[in-house]
Amino acid sequence: MSSIPDRTWLWIAATFYLAGFVLGTVALLRERRHSRAWMYIFITAGFVLQTIGLGLRGKAVHGCPITNTFELFQFTAWSATSLYLVIGPTFRLSLLGYFNACLSATLTFVSLLVPAWDSIHRTNNFGGSPWIEFHAALALFSYGVFALLALTSIMYLLQVFSLQRRHLRGVFSFLPSVVDLDLISLRLLGAGVTLMTAAIAVGYVYFAEDHARVPLTKIAVALAVWVAYTVTLILRLRGILITKRLTWTCIVLFVVALFSLGLIGSARKSPPAAPTVSQP
Amino acid sequence: MSEQSSPTLFTLGASHHTTPIELREKLALTADKMNAFCEQLKQLRGLREYAVLNTCNRIEFYGLADATETVEQLQHEFCAFQGFSDAEFRSIRLHALNRDAIQHLLEVSSGLNSQMLGETEILGQVKDAYAAAQTRHSVGPVLNRVFQKTFQYAKHVRTHTAITEGQISVANVAVDLATKIFGELAHARILLLGAGEIGDKTAKAFQSRGARSLTVASRRLERAQELATTLGAAALPFEQWAARLSDFDIVVCSTAAPQTMVKLADTRAAMKKRPARPLFFIDLALPRDVDQTAAKEENVFLYNLDDLAKIAEENLAARTTEVKRAREILTEKANLLWAQISAKTRLESTPAPSAPACDQQAR
Repeated sequence: MSSIPDRTWLWIAATFYLAGFVLGTVALLRERRHSRAWMYIFITAGFVLQTIGLGLRGKAVHGCPITNTFELFQFTAWSATSLYLVIGPTFRLSLLGYFNACLSATLTFVSLLVPAWDSIHRTNNFGGSPWIEFHAALALFSYGVFALLALTSIMYLLQVFSLQRRHLRGVFSFLPSVVDLDLISLRLLGAGVTLMTAAIAVGYVYFAEDHARVPLTKIAVALAVWVAYTVTLILRLRGILITKRLTWTCIVLFVVALFSLGLIGSARKSPPAAPTVSQP
Repeated sequence: MSEQSSPTLFTLGASHHTTPIELREKLALTADKMNAFCEQLKQLRGLREYAVLNTCNRIEFYGLADATETVEQLQHEFCAFQGFSDAEFRSIRLHALNRDAIQHLLEVSSGLNSQMLGETEILGQVKDAYAAAQTRHSVGPVLNRVFQKTFQYAKHVRTHTAITEGQISVANVAVDLATKIFGELAHARILLLGAGEIGDKTAKAFQSRGARSLTVASRRLERAQELATTLGAAALPFEQWAARLSDFDIVVCSTAAPQTMVKLADTRAAMKKRPARPLFFIDLALPRDVDQTAAKEENVFLYNLDDLAKIAEENLAARTTEVKRAREILTEKANLLWAQISAKTRLESTPAPSAPACDQQAR
């Protein structure tokens, strides 16, 4: 298994996500409900293969594989998918699998198609500190939650659009209800903020230990994302930021958060013993 | 055994396609009459197996007879029993034999033959007819297989075509829209503003889909209380509805008021108290009860009678386009089932009697 390069596993995983997306698209074009079982099988297969690929990459970099933009995109897709595999069967939100397959296929293929994002591997990126590795993994997992939140937000907007414009057929006929989408979005927002708060708290311990090694840009960007999501959650709970304004906020925040990962990654100061390896 | 005297699978009856309601009323069998006639059929020689499908839109006999003459005799006895002219029955009757009889049963059970294309209630009625025949011991190996396969194939058609998709009545379209907004309706609070017939129908459609909390408000409190009692709902004094609007998720308006009942200010006041929870107006009144500008408010959804009727028409058109595909599937299944049954029981394909022009073709 280890003789196959990690990127090959990730290419195959991306193909499975794409297959799920194609399955859903074909079903929707034919105005049929896609097979939930097949969608789950495709996504699970993609997830397992991606786990193997990221596992191999983790071995290579001696830590959590979130050391460059390629890995950050891959890990975000992996987090969103793992969450979908847990909550998908519980909430049975129709089309969530389809949208998840679309998101994961996009993130994984884009990351694979931009070689520059994977040109540098940092080994021992976290300086052997399990806390900072835990912090990074938690933070990235919260991004996965926010990715899923962005998906349910898009689904909410589509459902409201269909109801207001009287376009009820095709893809719109399979969307979950407005109230269900609002509820799941609120739960995801709460879960994402909780995870990110925990990540920030763990990161603070590391920062307090050795603040010279944590660049100010990274702290500022991470805190800005955390504050933005926390304020969004508070405003939602107080009934101030609701419905379409809330969903647009969640979508825009995720896009901003996703691209802020690049800033966080580039601002990273490598620990003294962390060698970098250029990829051919 | 000659061709005419071969055991024959048959369908005989009359349905809404050719029989107006006045005649269907005369042909329908009440429970008592059904029992009496079935007793009488025990004496009919050559009738091996039978089941009777008796609904508001059709009375149909499905059976296995020793010969086609037995089917004619059954028709004669039925007409005599109901005091109906044999000749008149012949002019409106549905008569299909062997493979065509199976095809007809499949199409009936799948809703292809129904007045409301694709409706699903008919399958339950066919199941009831079969259960009653089992209780009477009037079905045997042939009809058992035919009915059991019919239920399987009807389900197959529903799953593999869009023949039952989308509601085609205004009340059910409204309920479908409500599920798109609220999901499960068990916890949705519904206000009926006006206690007319269309409001009543819509309320019943909501109840059939799990709605439990209904409140009726009408200018005439006694009418509101009467409808509330019928529906197992609560009654609300009419002058209180505006103040209580925020308590409800779905408002079904069907008053006869000549002016707008629900003004924009009422909607805004209600939404101020429940900004995160959607409010769905179903305006079935003419002239309309709800100020149309309410639809522009955040989290407010408003559908009027025209909107609902248009959706119902679109759904019906979509179902109609599926008929051909559904019929193709059923034809294949009917051929298969007929081949199995005829091989097992040595039933022979028997041509339909002459003068088919007056017989309703199995659709």
